Amino acid sequence: MLINEFLLLGAALFAIGVYGVLARRNGVMVLMSIELILNAVNINLVAFGALHNSVVGQVFALFVITVAAAEVGVGLAIVLLLYRNRASIDLDEVDAMRG
Amino acid sequence: MILHWVWLMPAIMAASFVAILAFGKRMPRKGSEIGIFAVGLCFVIAVLSAGTWINHVNDAHHAAAPHDQVIQEPTASAEAEAKVEPITTEVTWFEMGGQKFTVGTLVDGLSVMMFLVVSIISLLVHIYSTDYVGGDRRYTHYFAFLSLFTASMLMLVMSRNTVQFITSWELVGLCSFALIGHWWEEKPNSDAALKAFLTNRVGDVGLMVGMITLFWATGSFDILTINQMANAGDVTHLLLMVAACCLTAAVMSKSGQFILHTWLPDAMAGPTPVSALIHAATMVVAGIFMVARLYSVFFHGLSIGDGNLNLLAIIGGVTVLGGASLAFVQNDIKKVLAYSTVSQLGYMVMALGVGAWTAALFHLFTHAFFKAGLFLGSGSVAHSVHSFDMQKDMGGMKRFMPKTWATFMVCTGALIGIIPLAGFWSKDEILTGAHSLGSNDAYEVFLVVGVIGAFMTAAYMTRCVYLTFYGEPRGAAADPHHPPHESGPVIVYPLYICSFMAVVAGFANWPFGPDALKLRFEHYVQPVGDYFPAVGVLEFNWTIAIVSSLIGVTGIAIAYAYWFRGAFHGATERFRIARAGHTLLVNKYYFDHLYTGVIAAGTAGPIARAANWINQNVIDGVVNGAGIGSQKVAGFIYRHVDQQVVDGVVNGSGAGAEGSGQLLRRMQTGKVQQYGALLFGGAVLLAGILVFTL
Amino acid sequence: MEDILKHWGPSVAIFAPLVGAALMMLIPKVEEELHKWVALLTSLIVFGVTIWIAFIFDYDHSGDLQFLVDHKWIEVINSKYIVGLDGISLPLLLLTVLVVPSVIIYSWNHFPEPHNPKAFLILTLILETGMVGTFLAQDLILFFVFFEIVLLPMYFMIGVWGGEQRMYAAIKFFLFTLFGSALMIVSFLALYFLAKDGAGNELHTFSMIELAKAHGAGIAHTTQLVVFGGMFIGFGIKVPMFPFHTWLPDAHTQAPTQGSVILAAVLLKLGTYGFVRVAIPILPEAAHSWAPYIALLAVIGIIYGALCCLAQTDMKRLIAFSSVAHMGFVMLGISTLTSFGINAAVMGMVAHGLITGMLFFIAGSVKERFHTLEIKRLGGLLLQAPRMGWIFGFCAMASLGLPGLAGFWGEFPAILSSYEPAAGLSEPLFRVYMVVAAIGTVFAAGYLLWLLQRIAFGVPQNEWEGHEFHDIELPEWLSWAPLLALIVVIGIFPNLVFHVTDPAVSSVLNGVNQLALGK
Repeated sequence: MLINEFLLLGAALFAIGVYGVLARRNGVMVLMSIELILNAVNINLVAFGALHNSVVGQVFALFVITVAAAEVGVGLAIVLLLYRNRASIDLDEVDAMRG
Repeated sequence: MILHWVWLMPAIMAASFVAILAFGKRMPRKGSEIGIFAVGLCFVIAVLSAGTWINHVNDAHHAAAPHDQVIQEPTASAEAEAKVEPITTEVTWFEMGGQKFTVGTLVDGLSVMMFLVVSIISLLVHIYSTDYVGGDRRYTHYFAFLSLFTASMLMLVMSRNTVQFITSWELVGLCSFALIGHWWEEKPNSDAALKAFLTNRVGDVGLMVGMITLFWATGSFDILTINQMANAGDVTHLLLMVAACCLTAAVMSKSGQFILHTWLPDAMAGPTPVSALIHAATMVVAGIFMVARLYSVFFHGLSIGDGNLNLLAIIGGVTVLGGASLAFVQNDIKKVLAYSTVSQLGYMVMALGVGAWTAALFHLFTHAFFKAGLFLGSGSVAHSVHSFDMQKDMGGMKRFMPKTWATFMVCTGALIGIIPLAGFWSKDEILTGAHSLGSNDAYEVFLVVGVIGAFMTAAYMTRCVYLTFYGEPRGAAADPHHPPHESGPVIVYPLYICSFMAVVAGFANWPFGPDALKLRFEHYVQPVGDYFPAVGVLEFNWTIAIVSSLIGVTGIAIAYAYWFRGAFHGATERFRIARAGHTLLVNKYYFDHLYTGVIAAGTAGPIARAANWINQNVIDGVVNGAGIGSQKVAGFIYRHVDQQVVDGVVNGSGAGAEGSGQLLRRMQTGKVQQYGALLFGGAVLLAGILVFTL
Repeated sequence: MEDILKHWGPSVAIFAPLVGAALMMLIPKVEEELHKWVALLTSLIVFGVTIWIAFIFDYDHSGDLQFLVDHKWIEVINSKYIVGLDGISLPLLLLTVLVVPSVIIYSWNHFPEPHNPKAFLILTLILETGMVGTFLAQDLILFFVFFEIVLLPMYFMIGVWGGEQRMYAAIKFFLFTLFGSALMIVSFLALYFLAKDGAGNELHTFSMIELAKAHGAGIAHTTQLVVFGGMFIGFGIKVPMFPFHTWLPDAHTQAPTQGSVILAAVLLKLGTYGFVRVAIPILPEAAHSWAPYIALLAVIGIIYGALCCLAQTDMKRLIAFSSVAHMGFVMLGISTLTSFGINAAVMGMVAHGLITGMLFFIAGSVKERFHTLEIKRLGGLLLQAPRMGWIFGFCAMASLGLPGLAGFWGEFPAILSSYEPAAGLSEPLFRVYMVVAAIGTVFAAGYLLWLLQRIAFGVPQNEWEGHEFHDIELPEWLSWAPLLALIVVIGIFPNLVFHVTDPAVSSVLNGVNQLALGK
């Protein structure tokens, strides 16, 4: 089996996700980019699982999906609260932790 | 035997202290009745123990006498040989470091004599105070502290060991502090209280170091053991000397000896009965008592036995003259008496210094009564005119207060040493001691000092009596609306008792007659045993008695002429303008002139004033200067060293940490994405390193 | 029942306050009364347990560790949970568990700004855990942990409830102590790696019992000196000894009354206790070499602290400086390495805890009534609040070492012992120290009585005219009465303390004595 295609796809998704996380100002877009990163990992997991003929990869992918769902839940809640408090979800404005 | 139970006395007084504090204010007489009852009990115990002790001594002598002489009076040789064991009790107080610390009682003639003095004077003062401080806002506290004082003082004189001694020594100091500062609303009073306590603390350094030295030298706190070892020569002379010198510092402060005496006159800021009890009759003699108690240490440490000139005698001698001369220039009647006390305490220290142990203690005994009588008398006068100033507010008081006058005169006579009043016998013994003890007449100088002291005592007391009781009333005494009146019986009866004792106390050591009558005080009070050094024996000396009496009378006569008659008042001026020759020729009383103008006026004038000046400026100035100086040094150290150097280092390291923190905080922008970028950047960097290096 | 106590008593005493604190965290902040009661009950339970421990404590063997519990804890480094107490721990333990309820009762109506009883009391209870733990721990790591636990609550207490410069004081306190702790832990680690038993086998243990048994055998003398030096700085800062004392006046001045009381009554004793329990038994040889220098710093502290007291214008700061002087006496006693001296030191710790604790209580009450501690503005306290004035006078007398009250038994034997220090120490040197220390008592009387005169005597300043001041109130009575009673009782029966400490002190000095015999 050719693994390179899967890995390339994963890498592309990951790169897009990283770009999104670092560069987008919209909170929702950042969350979606995080999903992309996670799914890039999932693809890698499944691909390597299939390569080694092991079920572990798929099990981990399932775990990641579950955790991702929870994470998005929390993330969206944060974004919602952020919006409620500031009427904006622009992440550049959120710098309350500045030292 | 009651001598085992003497600890009941301080226990009763301590209980009385607690009871007065707890219930005093609710009692009908505000707690004074508790105090008086307790002191009364102590007085009874003291009298009983004195009787028991006399029997104990007699028994010891009978036992020591050869069997065939049992029926007869013990002979002189038997008396000298008989050892009278002191009665002791002891319980363990605490144990530490392999050393038992005990408390206990040590009863011998000395303690019994002190029990009597303390309880009698304390009882009189308690009774007197009910009127004198009646209506005071801190009446109850006053009596509470009187009780605590009496407890501590009794504890002091029955101390078995030095730790117990230090404890009670400090406690009497505390009571003195509290009672001097009784009216603490006025600053001079609290100043005086502080001065008393702090001066005594200076002496206490000596006390502590001295007692500690004795402990390590003998391995014991027990007074008897220390004395025995000192006597037996088991302790090196050097250690004994160091200990004795340190302890002398404590004597100087507690007993008002030069140069630590300045607190005592100031202590007159307290109520007058307190002055009588604490600052005349009992607490100030604690120093004398300590020397007497540890006499072996002093005797050998200061080489008194060898008849050498020594620290103790010199201090005493200086104090006799210094105190007496200062008494001339005081206008406050209590200050005259205070300086007189200083001077009389000097006699006692001097006597101990020359080895006349019994003479010192005998003088302590008689002095307690007549000086308490004088103080209480002055209080009686002041109670009537509300002032202590003899120049401004007294004069002619004899007319208004005949009873007080009579008792005051008797006590003055005793102080001056007029035959046959108490002071004569005791002072004479001291003079005899100075004359007959010591090798190569080493102590002869103290005989001279003592005689001059007697002369000065006579003169200043005459002045004091004149200003108070004779002449025309002045100031408050002359107030037509409130003429002075005689004090009530509560004040007058203690005066009677004191003056009665001032008459008879001197016979306690009557030097003539058969053995059963002769020198009873010495016989019962002076310890005989291996804990007491071999002091010299004194014989009554007619010459000294007559000469010193004559000199005393001369002092009175000169002072009488000067103040009562107003004679020679012009003499001073004439001397000052150098017309002495003319005066000498005109005046028939050439010698009298000389004595009066030069000696009396000189002593009363420039010399006393100079002494007063030195006292107030130099000695006092050093004390004050030391206080101010140490404050300045403290201020300097605090401001410059503590706050800048030592603290600066600390602040510096803090500032350094903060600076680096300020630098690093710039990285914290608070933007999550920037953190993420840094994170990824870092990860990429690490991944790169990983890939390219492995 | 007794068996349970034997095994669990010390642990209960240590951790019960934490349980109480955890309980309080669950209670909402507004339930202030409930918080007070829970905190008080917790501290009283600890007090009760400790009294019970003291009751079944075997006083005939107070030199041995009793109630010993030895459990595995951190096996990797062979650190164990060892707790137990002997005659030196017991008085200090009792002092601690007495002071904490006193402080809680005192706080009842006087919580400092910004109020918040919940947080304040939780911190107090955590403090108690740390203090009790330090006195009971017999393992160096455990000891260190408890020693450090104490820091945080005190930091917050000063930093949140303190005076105007509270942050400065709190940070200074924290930094200073942490600096010492850093050196201390290095020394502890060095002991772990270096200590050998008599046969030359490496011990690799933190157990204070075993280390004390080995008493530094097999460690080179120079190394011992350095290791002791680390502990010296760690403990010396806490005491505080002369050049390390500057945190103390600031911390005391800024801390709330309750903080000052705990600081003075217990925290300072952690340092001196460390010397007696850790430094001297484990490294007697080094202690012997260090002793003259420790004694020198101690007597400098006595005089220097007293001089600084004389220069103060703030009542609380003056009392704080007096601690420097008093702890000087304690350290002088310790540095003689004699039974007299160390007994005196333990007595001095207890007495100083009671007396200076009381002085700080009074300063707090004065501040609460007059809103100032400026000595110049005060005066005539005996007229404004007579009872408080008398108690202040009493405590001043106790503090200056009046015989018959507790303070004297800390000072006098310390001075006594420096006449003849342990064999091998220079006698002339220590005798000079003795005289200087004795002179220090004069200074002590000076500054305390002068303070008394300016605060209590005289008449009140004009500015207070028309003000009414209430005298001592019920919570104050309740929290002060036991301390005052103990000052008198210990003063009259010093055996209460000495009887317990004496055998324990002997076993502390085992190493020193063997050393003397060896020479």
